[in-house]
Amino acid sequence: MLGAFRQFAKCVLIAGMLLGSGAAVAQETIKIAFIAPFSGAFAANGDAWLKMLRYAMDNTNARGGALGKKFELVTFDDKIQPSEALIALKSVVDQNIPVVIQCVGSNVAAAMVDGVSRHNQRNPKNRVLYLNCSALATELTEEKCDFWHFRFSANVTQRVATMVRGLPAEAKSVYLMNQDYLYGQGVAADTKKFLAQYRPDIKIVGEEFVPLGKIKDFSSYIAKVKTSGAQALLTSNWGPDFNLLMKAGVESGLDIKYYTFSAHLNGGPTAMGDGGGNRVIAVLEGHDNMGAELGNAKAEEWVKGFRATDPGIDYPWINFQTMFDMLASAINKAGSTDPLKVAVALEGIQVPDMYGEVNTMRKDDHQIMQPFYTAMFTKPVKYDSEKTGWGWKTLTKSTTQDLTFPTTCKMKRPSGS
Amino acid sequence: MEIVLISLLNGFVYGMLLFMLASGLTLIFSMMGVLNFAHAGIYMIGAYVAFEVSRMVGFWPALIIAPLVCAAIGAAIEVWGLRRTHHNGHIAELLFTFGLFFIIERGVQMVWGMLPVPYRVPTALDFPLFNLYGINFPAYRGFMLLIAGGMLLSIWLLLTRTRIGLIIQASLTHPNMVSSLGHNVPRVFTMVFAGGCFLAGLAGVIGGNYQVTEPSMAAALGPIVFVVVVFGGLGSLAGCFIASIIVGMLQTFAVVVDFSLSDLLGGLGDWIGTKNLLGEILAVPVSRIGPLLPYAMMVLMLLFRPRGLMGTRDT
Repeated sequence: MLGAFRQFAKCVLIAGMLLGSGAAVAQETIKIAFIAPFSGAFAANGDAWLKMLRYAMDNTNARGGALGKKFELVTFDDKIQPSEALIALKSVVDQNIPVVIQCVGSNVAAAMVDGVSRHNQRNPKNRVLYLNCSALATELTEEKCDFWHFRFSANVTQRVATMVRGLPAEAKSVYLMNQDYLYGQGVAADTKKFLAQYRPDIKIVGEEFVPLGKIKDFSSYIAKVKTSGAQALLTSNWGPDFNLLMKAGVESGLDIKYYTFSAHLNGGPTAMGDGGGNRVIAVLEGHDNMGAELGNAKAEEWVKGFRATDPGIDYPWINFQTMFDMLASAINKAGSTDPLKVAVALEGIQVPDMYGEVNTMRKDDHQIMQPFYTAMFTKPVKYDSEKTGWGWKTLTKSTTQDLTFPTTCKMKRPSGS
Repeated sequence: MEIVLISLLNGFVYGMLLFMLASGLTLIFSMMGVLNFAHAGIYMIGAYVAFEVSRMVGFWPALIIAPLVCAAIGAAIEVWGLRRTHHNGHIAELLFTFGLFFIIERGVQMVWGMLPVPYRVPTALDFPLFNLYGINFPAYRGFMLLIAGGMLLSIWLLLTRTRIGLIIQASLTHPNMVSSLGHNVPRVFTMVFAGGCFLAGLAGVIGGNYQVTEPSMAAALGPIVFVVVVFGGLGSLAGCFIASIIVGMLQTFAVVVDFSLSDLLGGLGDWIGTKNLLGEILAVPVSRIGPLLPYAMMVLMLLFRPRGLMGTRDT
């Protein structure tokens, strides 16, 4: 009996070793870590971001990748908690992965900037580069700016400027609603600043801070907006806080316009449905119809390619593609994946985005300079969002020039940069 | 004034939804001493099953089928799971339901994915019932109140006016005597567990399109339901009802309340100012800490009256 078991165990062991050795002959790739929430209230966002990043990465890989190697994504779950993200960062550096992407949640990003900076200072032989694709709090490239952090998306200040510039002349009273953390508070402060600067005729009739990811029924908030008499609701709520807000707003039949930062993100169009039609404006860097609007065949093909994978979401973050293109270009220019050399190569790099506009990675604060747009949720459109029949149509554009603001960043540069 | 009326209605609807969930939980806990951590998971299954059934057949069949499916799942959990862990004591049963919750959550994610599913209100009920100061009160919320009220009435009738209800009530306090009298007490327990899950499933059908149906919905509502059960007291359905309404109202009205502790303190608040830590804490308006209040309430209740509002046993 025991003899037979031993024989069986030996067979299993040998089979395991044979199967395992096959993996050793794998192609060498450039690993990139992606830390995001894959469980909890914001899991849908982590999932959507992963789909979009993968598509952009595959696109860059198809054009040769960098230094003849392809990029490979390795994911880690942070449950949108800074503490969990730092634990994941530990795994990233233990696996000698040279680049980490984190973008869902400015609260996590703030912790990541500190974590990466400290790690790189103490471990100059095992550094990691932090690419931020969508954590938008302006502080990350101002007070908290760091040499190892690069942001590939317009920050809060640039987006609020786009939104305020895009407000119509008839708008006279607005209500502010934002999430109660670094990002939402930054939006509120910048909104007040830019309204005073560009549109002193507009009156702010109410302001609200909503706890992050906790409120499930926004009807009371909508009632408050109604009693304030506002003509427009300006909100940067994202994720479930946006989707549920829109649900309540649409259900109540409130007759106002919504100026949002997140209506185009995963779940937004589904939450709005018909009730959001011709009522909701989003501030975005791109949308699925812009390629067709501009007559840009390459952009349209890119969107069609993503839709063909049946992702269930739109692809508004065209900056993800710009990010991978910039990274590949920088690695090729540096001739290596060493974070210090790549960082130096990234500074000042200029790469055209999906719509042909040249994006620049500013050296002073590692903030990308790009144009930004507002779009209306309307129909008919060529490419609808999340099978609702409604889609995005560009309303206004703020140029790179409009959105280039001076920075107070004074980053400590490591030796050799 | 308008805002008070609207918040009153919304708070009542939310409270009734909480009651539908919490009533099943408190029944199970009163009868069997098992704190069913998987209860919110059953609620989520109810919502997802209702979504699938309403896609295939329609909402009205889903209203009946989904709770029945949840009841069947509940019965299966009780017969094959809880009955076996019962020998090992309450902690074992607790851990079992706790693990079950994770399995259910992950299972739902695997089957339906991470994104919210478009489980919408049926078009027959998707109209404004009445207009209160320019805000529509959706007919679906009225429907929710109807279902919850009907459910409350039927449970009360079942427990007090039917034979099986009397047996259930007796098994609550004297299971051995009831067993000696020839009743099948284990089967009573299975029926109660299945009944509790039926209620959770019904809550899922109703609540799934009131809120968004997504894999994190169970984790979002789970803690609040426990607050309700603890606050209302174990073993008391009436206490559970009162607690649900209180928690529902509290969370809804907290949003409306814009003043802070420093406003209440008046001159003293101004003197403290906002430049220091104490001033900053006092200046936080109640609307920003709304979700915190039910938990604060529960802590206070546990400190001063662990039995809950109308409980018959200590928590």
